[in-house]
Amino acid sequence: MRCVITGGNVKVLGKAVHSLSRIGDELYLEPTENGLSLRAVNSSRSAFASFLFVPLFFQLYERGSPPRAGQHFRCKVLMKSFLSIFRSLPSLEKTVGKCLILLKPQASRLVVQLHCKYGVTKTHNLAFQECERLQAVFSTRQCANSLCAPARVLAEAVVHFPATLSEVTLSAGPGGKISLRNYVEDEKEPGRTMVTELWLAEDEFQEVAVAPGTCITFCLKEFRGLLTFAEASNLPLTIHYDAPGRPAVFTLDDPLLEVHLVLATLSDPESISQSPTANGASELPTPADDFADDLESYMIAMETSAYEGGSGAPPSPTFPLRTPGPAHSEPEEEEEEEAVPGTPPHKKFRSLFFGSVLTPGGPCLAPTQEVLAEDSDGEY
Amino acid sequence: MRFRAKIVDLACLNHFSRVVNTVARLAKTCTLRLTADKLYFILSDKVANGGVSVWCELCQGNFFDEFQMEGVAAEHNEIYLELVPENLSRALKTAQNAKTVKIKLTNKHCPCLTVAVELPSLSSSSRIVTHDIPVGVIPRRLWNDFREPGVPDFDVSIYLPVLKTMKSVVERMKNLSNCIVIEANLSGEMNLKIETDLVSVTTHFKDLGNPPWASDDECQSSAQGRDLESMAEARIDIKKLLQLLAGQQVNPTKALCNIVSRRIVHFILLHEDVSLQYFIPALA
Repeated sequence: MRCVITGGNVKVLGKAVHSLSRIGDELYLEPTENGLSLRAVNSSRSAFASFLFVPLFFQLYERGSPPRAGQHFRCKVLMKSFLSIFRSLPSLEKTVGKCLILLKPQASRLVVQLHCKYGVTKTHNLAFQECERLQAVFSTRQCANSLCAPARVLAEAVVHFPATLSEVTLSAGPGGKISLRNYVEDEKEPGRTMVTELWLAEDEFQEVAVAPGTCITFCLKEFRGLLTFAEASNLPLTIHYDAPGRPAVFTLDDPLLEVHLVLATLSDPESISQSPTANGASELPTPADDFADDLESYMIAMETSAYEGGSGAPPSPTFPLRTPGPAHSEPEEEEEEEAVPGTPPHKKFRSLFFGSVLTPGGPCLAPTQEVLAEDSDGEY
Repeated sequence: MRFRAKIVDLACLNHFSRVVNTVARLAKTCTLRLTADKLYFILSDKVANGGVSVWCELCQGNFFDEFQMEGVAAEHNEIYLELVPENLSRALKTAQNAKTVKIKLTNKHCPCLTVAVELPSLSSSSRIVTHDIPVGVIPRRLWNDFREPGVPDFDVSIYLPVLKTMKSVVERMKNLSNCIVIEANLSGEMNLKIETDLVSVTTHFKDLGNPPWASDDECQSSAQGRDLESMAEARIDIKKLLQLLAGQQVNPTKALCNIVSRRIVHFILLHEDVSLQYFIPALA
């Protein structure tokens, strides 16, 4: 793949990378015929973001021929390395005229070249790793509720909450008012924490299609990253959500850019004790099976193209490429701690497993090729 | 027990926020005492605080447009609340362009001080942000713990140098030592000293001036007849001093300290409508 970005779009790309860096430690790149897709997912798989830059965004966009017919070439790089190229947004704006990105599957490096003022060219060669497709399974059409507001309104709303706040609850109240409230974990003494609630009138939004009484709780930190991007680009932000526990989807629409952020939401405490098998949580053959019910409430469906037993499952020695890295297996080991009061909130948003939306008949949830524990209601 | 108050003037809101910020830097938890005319932020000198105590007094009329208070009983028309000033500080922080700020005592899942901020918005109705700050109601029988500390029988009373200068000096000294010696005399001279095995540093201030205290027999007994050059000194925890200096965002109208040699240093900072007293005990 070879693409060239010029002028103000270089800064837009930089801002997108900053936004993605709030999500995960690895940046996934996938050149498609619809444009270049940049994605990231967090380690607990409770947040997924993707930025799709359409071919018109670039001065030149050549996807290149795929190595195998019908297959896209995908790779990932360390977020830290990619971000360091675009670290200083003001200097990007002032000095960089053109940015060239060159990705050759056979080459050993991803090349990012910045053509700057005074004839200075900065070339960055990054190591990349081929990987499976990273795609969260979600559909905005399945979300019963949606809200659209200028990013500025949401940014002004979020400023009242402390920077360290983890979770915020968005609810539709009476009279069409929308509220944002900080979420207080039950384990902490409810009498000790300050509760902040902000009410926005319906007419502050461009569009409101919500059922009164609905609410969702999601992680604020990852949302702020998208909000900063949206505010800088002056784009309206749409929030699609469904029942608590189902992922919330935040989208930005622009002719040149499609942005999605999918965040897991907390489900009602009542539903934790039940064990809905729609997600097939019982299939996870991990020692922390007791916590599977907690797990599957807080997860986003993730799909990896060949084997669904991808990153979140215990590492399988036979699929080194499929597991994005040993780091991802750690959440599984930490499951035991999930029920401990006071664990950092992000651990509650567990990674989703990969079985929820399977193509029928496809191999599913087989973290190891050998089935050690046959499940009773799986899709085998 | 009822309390409702409202601020509509932005300058008053700003001023009140700054006072709360200063208190928040001095104490993690403190007592808020409400009377018909005044508010007090009090930290009493318990061992847990390292022996420091704070007394901050505000005239409510200078800040609030409306102020209604009904105490625990007719003869004791006051309310004492225990709260975390940092919470109040945070609630007011993003209210700086508010149309109105209302503070009231409510009982949600527990007694709370609810700060309701009405913010301007482009829509027909304003945005409302409410912050419910949990507070503890202090029963009448404990009110004696929170009486105003008397001015100690000081050896020297002296005006402080410009606080910003004093702060930058103390900040640098903090890296070298945990304790600092404040010494001053009745000729307007003050020294800030640190002494360690490796180094000792002294900063000298002069021509500071000594405040004239009303000729009251008690106050004069130590200072009277005292040699003008002789220094009264106290060794105190440098972090406590820095907490006081770092919290000052506006230069006070008057800033002075009273030193009781080797016992305690009493700081008094006066603004037009707020007075802050801070006691730091001397280290052994």
